Amino acid sequence: MELRSNEFKARAAANLGDAKLQKGLGLIKVKAVVNRANAVAEFGDFEALREAGKAIRNRALADLDLYLERFEREATARGAVVHWAENASEACRIVVAIARENGVKTVAKSKSMVSEEVGLNDTLIEAGVTPIETDLGEYILQINDAEPPSHIVMPVIHKTAEDVADLFHEKHGTPRKTDPAALTREAREILRPKFLSADMGVSGANFLVAETGSTLIVTNEGNGRLCTTLPRLHVALTGIEKVVPTLEDASTLLRLLPRSATGQAITNYVSVHTGPKHIDESDGPQQFHIVLVDNGRSKLLAGEMREMLRCIRCGACMNHCPVYQAVGGHAYGWVYPGPMGNILTPSYVGLENAVALPNAATMCNQCGVVCPVKIPLPDLMRKLREEQMARGLKPWPERAGLALWGWAAQQPALYALGTRIAARFMKWLGGSEKLIHRLPLAAGWTNGRDFPAPEGRTFRELYKARRK
Amino acid sequence: MRVALFVTCLADLMKPGVAFAAIRLLEHGGCTVEVPQTQTCCGQPAYNSGDRATALALAKKTLAEFEGFDYVVAPSGSCGGMIRAHYPELFRDDPATLKRIEGLASRTYELTDFLVNVLKLDSVPGDFRGTVTYHDSCSGLRELGVKAQPRALLATLPGVTLTEMNEAETCCGFGGTFSLKFGEVSTQLADNKCGNACATGADAIVGGDLGCLLNIEGRLRRRGDLKTQVLHIAEVLAGRTE
Repeated sequence: MELRSNEFKARAAANLGDAKLQKGLGLIKVKAVVNRANAVAEFGDFEALREAGKAIRNRALADLDLYLERFEREATARGAVVHWAENASEACRIVVAIARENGVKTVAKSKSMVSEEVGLNDTLIEAGVTPIETDLGEYILQINDAEPPSHIVMPVIHKTAEDVADLFHEKHGTPRKTDPAALTREAREILRPKFLSADMGVSGANFLVAETGSTLIVTNEGNGRLCTTLPRLHVALTGIEKVVPTLEDASTLLRLLPRSATGQAITNYVSVHTGPKHIDESDGPQQFHIVLVDNGRSKLLAGEMREMLRCIRCGACMNHCPVYQAVGGHAYGWVYPGPMGNILTPSYVGLENAVALPNAATMCNQCGVVCPVKIPLPDLMRKLREEQMARGLKPWPERAGLALWGWAAQQPALYALGTRIAARFMKWLGGSEKLIHRLPLAAGWTNGRDFPAPEGRTFRELYKARRK
Repeated sequence: MRVALFVTCLADLMKPGVAFAAIRLLEHGGCTVEVPQTQTCCGQPAYNSGDRATALALAKKTLAEFEGFDYVVAPSGSCGGMIRAHYPELFRDDPATLKRIEGLASRTYELTDFLVNVLKLDSVPGDFRGTVTYHDSCSGLRELGVKAQPRALLATLPGVTLTEMNEAETCCGFGGTFSLKFGEVSTQLADNKCGNACATGADAIVGGDLGCLLNIEGRLRRRGDLKTQVLHIAEVLAGRTE
């Protein structure tokens, strides 16, 4: 996926003025925030469940190498083939090689963010293989000239039903319809034969279960099950951090994931894939390949962003983020938007390529309190800001301003004098209205807001005067 | 009980009345209030900007100034949260200072939290009359658990009616330097907050952090609303301090 994270500020500002986008984003509060709150309230002790989820993920990460080796052994013993990809291009190369060796012409894909991360579709197309997205949202994006998703769970949240109506009418050549059920039926009619004719299915994996060598996916549309059972090959592509020790652990996390993502107690489908079709089974792929992608993850394991690897990709952080809610996912310029993206993007593509992202948060910690595995997202963003400071990646006016202010704040007499002058100057600027309409060096504030003028004398002065 | 007031840089510069109101409330609760004169800033702007060295220096300065008191009280969940929730992290590699910092952190309170949970006040000197709506500031709410305390205190004022706004717990978009760096986004969030607050028809929007209040008032006035008051909770609870 094309990286545009350094355009965050401009794209965010543009998106604020996009009425159609804002209408779509408004649905997040209705669909995700309210539904999650209801599901959490109904569950009871969700806090204990979050603690349990965090503990499971920490346990898996503490011995990640051992659990991955165990996973490989168990999966191999059950007939799957495990491949290791160090980076994006290697992941793509592996999938293309599997396709070539087996004469694959078309691939039915269920939703996979890792496939977006490594740019799988483009590579398949270059290799003469046709990928077909079968998740409804991803399908809509694919036929819209391969537009990138704007959310990891609800990829077309930025589009309205009207947009989809226009798109289907144009691309399918069918009469225009706006009823979501009718649109879904139309997509299903187009996709069904593609499932049946695809040579290979590609899925992601929400979890890898070490003790059984299984991959597990959750879906609501059922397309994931078709992709992983109908074609003669199934390739599961996922990150190495997704491993958990046991099925029991996976089931605990399954209680957290859909509730946090969409407010569902459980998704419509939960599919566990253990090996290819067995001799005594009538359904399933003849070959089952599992591609485990590192692409920067093992580097995180050893560093200060380690806690981010607990992430189970529910999207609750973005759903609850006031900044995401206002600007939408495309502003973030890569695969993972919102608070998770503020950390993952600079971690995976380089801090210098996503300078704005760790700063694109008010530190309100709404993300931290809803995260099902208790990732301290604002703390991690702050650590990235520290790294930016250390590496000189912050603009010089910010560094100079901070240095000057920080120095003055350590000289109480000078600070007192400076604030006395500032209080008087700003009072004068505010005039009789007591409102400052334009403030030097603070256009970011005063372009859209007034600045209430101070009263003119500092507390320090007044307090001294009163004590006399 | 010797209580040190952490004035906050915003009250010092922008609204001294908030600090005087805090003193009045603390004295009303029987405290001996002292104001260390060399205090400046808790260091949060530096901390959140990634300037750990400056944050550390200011934390040490604050420690030296405030260590000798029974309690430290700030009319701000943001500064209170910095001292209580973040100072210990700053000293994780300095065990000797960490112990002292943890002591300071455990004795530091946001104003309404202190009035309710330490002083157990059941009356306040204020005489505000009118309908108010309360904005929950992020740090106070999510770092210090300040939610019921200001509401309990407002409920002791017979002339005050509290009408809750939608999304009272959602960030107003201030975020310190965020409000300057991402001005458009920050303004949009402030606008959402103003919309929710004004929909209650309240006479005053009340909150516990001057940063949020300046942001909300700034947007409110730019929207053309010159009528709705924007007040710090201390001002409402303390009444006239002149």
